[in-house]
Amino acid sequence: MATIHDVIPPFQLFQPTTLDAAADLVREHGDEAWIMAGGMDSFDWLKDRTKRTEAVIDLSMVEELRGIREVEGGLEIGAMTTLTDVAEHPAVRDRFGVLAQAAALVASPQIRHQGTLGGNVSQDTRCAYYRRGWTCYRAGGNICYADTPTAINREHAILGASRCVAVSPSDTAPALVALDAQMVIRRGGQERVVEAEDYFVGPSRDIRHMTVLESGDLLTTIRIPATWAGARFYFEKVRDREVWDFPLVNVASAIRENGGRITEARVVVGAVAAHPLRLHDVEESLAGAMVNDETLVRAGELAIRGARPLRYNAYKVPLMRNLVKRAVRGGPTGTTA
Amino acid sequence: MHDNAPIPRGGPTNVTRRTFIKGVIAGGVVVSSTAYLFRNGPLSAQAARAGTVERLMTLEVNGQSRRVDVAPNETLANTLRYKLGLTGTKLGCDRAECGACTVLVDDVPRYACSVLTHSVRGRRIQTVEGLAAADGTLHPIQQGIIEEQGFQCAFCMSGFMMATVGFLKKNPNPTREELAHGVSGNLCRCQDYDKILTALERGAQLAREA
Repeated sequence: MATIHDVIPPFQLFQPTTLDAAADLVREHGDEAWIMAGGMDSFDWLKDRTKRTEAVIDLSMVEELRGIREVEGGLEIGAMTTLTDVAEHPAVRDRFGVLAQAAALVASPQIRHQGTLGGNVSQDTRCAYYRRGWTCYRAGGNICYADTPTAINREHAILGASRCVAVSPSDTAPALVALDAQMVIRRGGQERVVEAEDYFVGPSRDIRHMTVLESGDLLTTIRIPATWAGARFYFEKVRDREVWDFPLVNVASAIRENGGRITEARVVVGAVAAHPLRLHDVEESLAGAMVNDETLVRAGELAIRGARPLRYNAYKVPLMRNLVKRAVRGGPTGTTA
Repeated sequence: MHDNAPIPRGGPTNVTRRTFIKGVIAGGVVVSSTAYLFRNGPLSAQAARAGTVERLMTLEVNGQSRRVDVAPNETLANTLRYKLGLTGTKLGCDRAECGACTVLVDDVPRYACSVLTHSVRGRRIQTVEGLAAADGTLHPIQQGIIEEQGFQCAFCMSGFMMATVGFLKKNPNPTREELAHGVSGNLCRCQDYDKILTALERGAQLAREA
């Protein structure tokens, strides 16, 4: 679709200034209102008229949703904290560096200054067919245009696809899953906590949504427990160009070692499935293992087990295997930061 | 080329395309153009629901308080260009993918095409028009660009300048690589990056000496 140089179709704008007011508005108008964090994903949909809304609830005035607080060795990050603030915060850099690295590699400086952590983990997929308004499964139709014989599907899923082959585009999501983060979700006056790994959902569970958020829900806080503070971390993002771009594949790991042996590990890969993919089999194989070639090869092969590439994305299989090996081995990344 | 001759500034007898457009905007054509750009939709015809924003607002732009009528769905780039006549902020892609519309909001570079004007109420906005001093003395970044002839067509220039001014507030003495990373959110279709970086480095140096 040609880019439309025009204004966004009209909507009513709500700008709550407190969390309570925001939660009430979201509960009240959940079905019809668009919840806007930094807006970096929202504006594309609205300007392109691929999605429309009667009303926008803009969270940018809710100061309670911004900021990073130290809590019992861990951190509580407000959902509206910008990616720049996450990437530059001393406690995030010192103790949870994998998240700082991931946030610093999102898009461009201006986007990181405005885009938020809550928005980055709640953004919609980048599948070009879906984003251009084709009535695919994810848009409520009954076909996947990215999985037809003539489809261009270089950026699509190699694992976990179910009818829809779109992938999770977030860089911070794999880092948060690797850190055993928790998502705090507000619904009216009620609050519930969801593990980061369970926050993201694939098409077999919900083909229309990327997260567990339902109409009326508001993601308020991301909790990072002390569990992995100061662990050996690795984050790498492979993309076509070194700025703006979404990952072709990214990987995040957190590893604890004792006397040269891995005691516990988290290895999570993004942009290969509809949700950040935690590699439980790899993690189990690493427990008690020395970091040597044998361990790396086994981890790489376990990672890609069951991969089913589409016509144009078979390159993702060796890419994922090698990124997982690097994430276990550690050392400097191949990506500029 | 080091040409330090003063730049002619548009006076009453020196009507440039830019000052002509500004005059037209200030002179009333704005009424019809905004009627086209921001025509009433079915929603704005209804009474505003409780809790929605007031359209009339005050924006702090380049050190001035400007009263302006802003639609809820209006981006900062549109307000600056079509309501306030500040056409130095360029619209390239209108999708946060080129950087031409970069302005500073509280000293932080942002894409004005992707900011709701209502979300920056009460914040300090600086555009390229606010760089030079009131007496016409150019900002060091502007001076550096003139001295090094950093741009070709220069459509992207105001965005590059604002991104640089914002970046230098955090890192006044960057290496060439750090500066390149600082302005990595701006594209130049002329592919003139090497000369642009040289000019911006010169500007950063002038800023440190000032």
